Amino acid sequence: MSDSQQDLFSQSMTELAAGLDAGDFTSAELTETLLERIGAHDDKLNAFITVTADEALQSAARADEARASGRGGVLNGLPVLHKDIFCTRGVKTTCGSRMLDNFVAPYDATVVEKLAGAGAVVLGKTNMDEFAMGSSNETSYFGPVRNPWNLECSPGGSSGGSAAAVAARLAPAATGTDTGGSIRQPAALTGTVGIKPTYGRVSRYGMIAFASSLDQAGVITRTAEDAARLLGVMAGFDERDSTSIDEPVPDYIAGLDRPIKGLRVGIVRQHFDAGLDADCAVSIREAIAVLESLGATTVEVDLPNLDLSVPTYYVVAPAECSSNLSRFDGVRFGHRADEAEDLMDLYCRSRGEGFGDEVKRRIMTGTYVLSAGYYDAYYLKAQQVRHLIADDFRSAFADVDVIAGPTSPTPAFRLGDKIDDPITMYLNDIYTIGANLAGLPGMSIPCGFVNGLPVGLHLVAAHFAEETLLRCSHQFQQHTDWHKACPKDFA
Amino acid sequence: MKAGWEVVIGLEIHAQLATRSKIFSGASTAYGAAPNTQACLVDLGYPGVLPVLNEEVVHMATMFGLAVNATVAPRSVFARKNYFYPDLPKGYQISQFELPIVEHGELYITDDEGRDKRIGITRAHLEEDAGKSIHEGLERSSGIDLNRAGTPLLEIVSEPDLRSAKEAVAYMRKMHSIVRYLRISDGNMQEGSFRCDANVSVRPVGQQELGTRTELKNLNSFRFVERAINFEIDRQIEVIEDGGEVVQETRLYDSDKDETRPMRSKEESHDYRYFPDPDLLPVEISPEYIETARQQLPELPTAKKRRFTDQYDLKPDDADLLTGSRPLADYFEAAVAATGAKPQLVANWVIGDLSGALNRDSLEIADSKVSATELAGLLTRIHDNTISGKIAKQVFEAMWAGEGDADTVIDAKGLKQITDSTAIEAVVDEVIAANPGQVAEYRAGKEKLIGFFVGRVMQATKGQANPGQVNQILKKKLHD
Repeated sequence: MSDSQQDLFSQSMTELAAGLDAGDFTSAELTETLLERIGAHDDKLNAFITVTADEALQSAARADEARASGRGGVLNGLPVLHKDIFCTRGVKTTCGSRMLDNFVAPYDATVVEKLAGAGAVVLGKTNMDEFAMGSSNETSYFGPVRNPWNLECSPGGSSGGSAAAVAARLAPAATGTDTGGSIRQPAALTGTVGIKPTYGRVSRYGMIAFASSLDQAGVITRTAEDAARLLGVMAGFDERDSTSIDEPVPDYIAGLDRPIKGLRVGIVRQHFDAGLDADCAVSIREAIAVLESLGATTVEVDLPNLDLSVPTYYVVAPAECSSNLSRFDGVRFGHRADEAEDLMDLYCRSRGEGFGDEVKRRIMTGTYVLSAGYYDAYYLKAQQVRHLIADDFRSAFADVDVIAGPTSPTPAFRLGDKIDDPITMYLNDIYTIGANLAGLPGMSIPCGFVNGLPVGLHLVAAHFAEETLLRCSHQFQQHTDWHKACPKDFA
Repeated sequence: MKAGWEVVIGLEIHAQLATRSKIFSGASTAYGAAPNTQACLVDLGYPGVLPVLNEEVVHMATMFGLAVNATVAPRSVFARKNYFYPDLPKGYQISQFELPIVEHGELYITDDEGRDKRIGITRAHLEEDAGKSIHEGLERSSGIDLNRAGTPLLEIVSEPDLRSAKEAVAYMRKMHSIVRYLRISDGNMQEGSFRCDANVSVRPVGQQELGTRTELKNLNSFRFVERAINFEIDRQIEVIEDGGEVVQETRLYDSDKDETRPMRSKEESHDYRYFPDPDLLPVEISPEYIETARQQLPELPTAKKRRFTDQYDLKPDDADLLTGSRPLADYFEAAVAATGAKPQLVANWVIGDLSGALNRDSLEIADSKVSATELAGLLTRIHDNTISGKIAKQVFEAMWAGEGDADTVIDAKGLKQITDSTAIEAVVDEVIAANPGQVAEYRAGKEKLIGFFVGRVMQATKGQANPGQVNQILKKKLHD
């Protein structure tokens, strides 16, 4: 193995693409390198539910052939991981649940199809909180994922497997999904880049639904440039998803180099309230100073209903989940209880055995808030508050181009610390949930360390302004090295 | 119904919309395929799949709304009706709840006293059908057939304006005729494409407050609707007269036993936890869209009936029968256009012999063995006195049996009417000569005997003599 191959794993997608183009290495070599690395390191992390080594080697070989004959898409031969929430034909899709431990989808999600169509090589499917319900990856039926920066800590969730794998250099990029912060919070806690696009920007077809009006697919990478590259492939209207939006997809890479001089950055006064860890606050303020040094101007903005976002979310999301998860009844697919006595017994035991505690908690909460007599007080009220929150953002974006602040109130917390205290766990998403409720694009990028653990800077922009987020992040990364830091056990 | 009681009925009609593919997927809606061969991943409720609205159903619902003089909502919303059942793959049915696509319509029926009566239509909403559970032929287990899952339905809810089982049937028939006129449903009741639930309550005449209602489920024929409601009226009156109280519940009609029996009570009723389906956008309908649909509306039964009585001078009952179905009305008009015979004669034949033959052979009008032009050809021969009405029946049967058109049959069987006065006179003379007693009686004033003489002449001519001429000649000769 040559020197260049030894550190292939630390290269970004953009660098790998250049190496493949130059013929420095083949996709097969790259794939083997990363598969070996996954084999060597994933015991520590538990980031994977399924490693698709055979399929990966086959598609790498195909990619190499395509390249040799002058064909191949924009991701030809480049490795990616899929969060195990995306349906993949022929490879099991568990959604982190015992309920789907045996489920092999007969079709590919649109996101899976699009990345495959561009030539990407899928190395495996990543661990996640069960049905994406969790902020620590501890609700997974397949056990918690560990944070590469400190194996006693959580990588965040629900896309914790994707974030940990990318942070540990097991792959340059992974897909994720974000319903209340499930891409951005783990990205922050693992020192990676995570983007959740505008609601409707990426098709939800084939993505197992948690809360349909909030779920959005995105990516976790180490650089904003890689995120731009992947998002360009994933985004776009899909006639199979009525909520996807028919809006042209810009060339996200083309605009990255434009300086951010004059960019108006909103600072939310509520973000720096008591809930934010003081050391994290320092990192965030320093990051904002970097943006100012690049010519951005800061403006203080007000999001008066920000404190209502967590309670609103925990009415809307469980309500939708209680209905979305009804299809898991043991009748057609998924876990089915043995020897059921009758229909009710089949339902109760299949679901009782198939779902974990957090999923059950949310199904019960959701069922309650939709019940006759409670609907108006909870669900309807939450929808009204949701409009207020969206209005707050709309007013803010009249004055600023992006809103910058913390992604998460603290750096990575220890596994076991919060799992028995749902409310504290839920408050972890206080800064990210607003973007989901308002359907806005949000992004987290590494901006410092506290006690050796990464801190994430959170950027939110107006609908379909992903370009602004990516450009701002890219420019930030051109002038900082936080994203280059590698956890020492994985260097 | 028992004197002193009034019945209040509202109907919920489920009309299956005649789309080729399902309401939220591309799977076929054709009836009768092998179980689960017409259910795609969306119909099966697989993880990750999403519904996409079939635009055709919006068009159909719009046409329906216009046909019943209703408001077509500029914005309607699909909602999830949540409950667990094995034939409901997603654990919820996509329906419309707070904002249906059609509201505030009306329909006119002829009530028990023969007057026009307005029946309000509360709303009509779009929804998907569920699958079917199969128990027959399976031991200790049940099968699920999801072919029907996702089939589009229009649920049409009436106001509680109906006051008898007969009115309920009249309303249902009218609705059946409208959806078929609009070609938005095939209305096939055996296949379940058109079925209804009836909400029935009784109260003493004069009481303002409504009685407790029961809901009768899945009535899939006009006869069953009438019988189930009548059974239920009697049952409820009996319960109250015996000092009991009607329980609010859902009841199932058993056509074999001709009775209704409880299915589930209000206490067991579901809380469906309706909420807007986040997978689907609200349906937005512009005034231009509605206007375009209005242009495409066919002439509807009520307008057609009015035109038939005005333009063709038909008896109202006949116009009603002929306009009950669009193909029947079209057949009638095609026949009228192809003959000089009076429209009322055409109507008599279409309603009489033709409908009789269709019923006998269980055929739809579209499959009639005698086409409208062929029938017109036959009626023309009545009109021009080639044959009598009575002979025409014989000719019609031969045509039905495939022996050719009217002229061919008349020629082949030598059925041409005798209009030669000399020939008729000869027969008349014979009849008079052979029946001196009757002639004497007639001449003594028993003029009713004319029928006897006509009969004898017709018999002698095998029915081929022109009856008008026979009459005329007989009278002349008998008075001589």
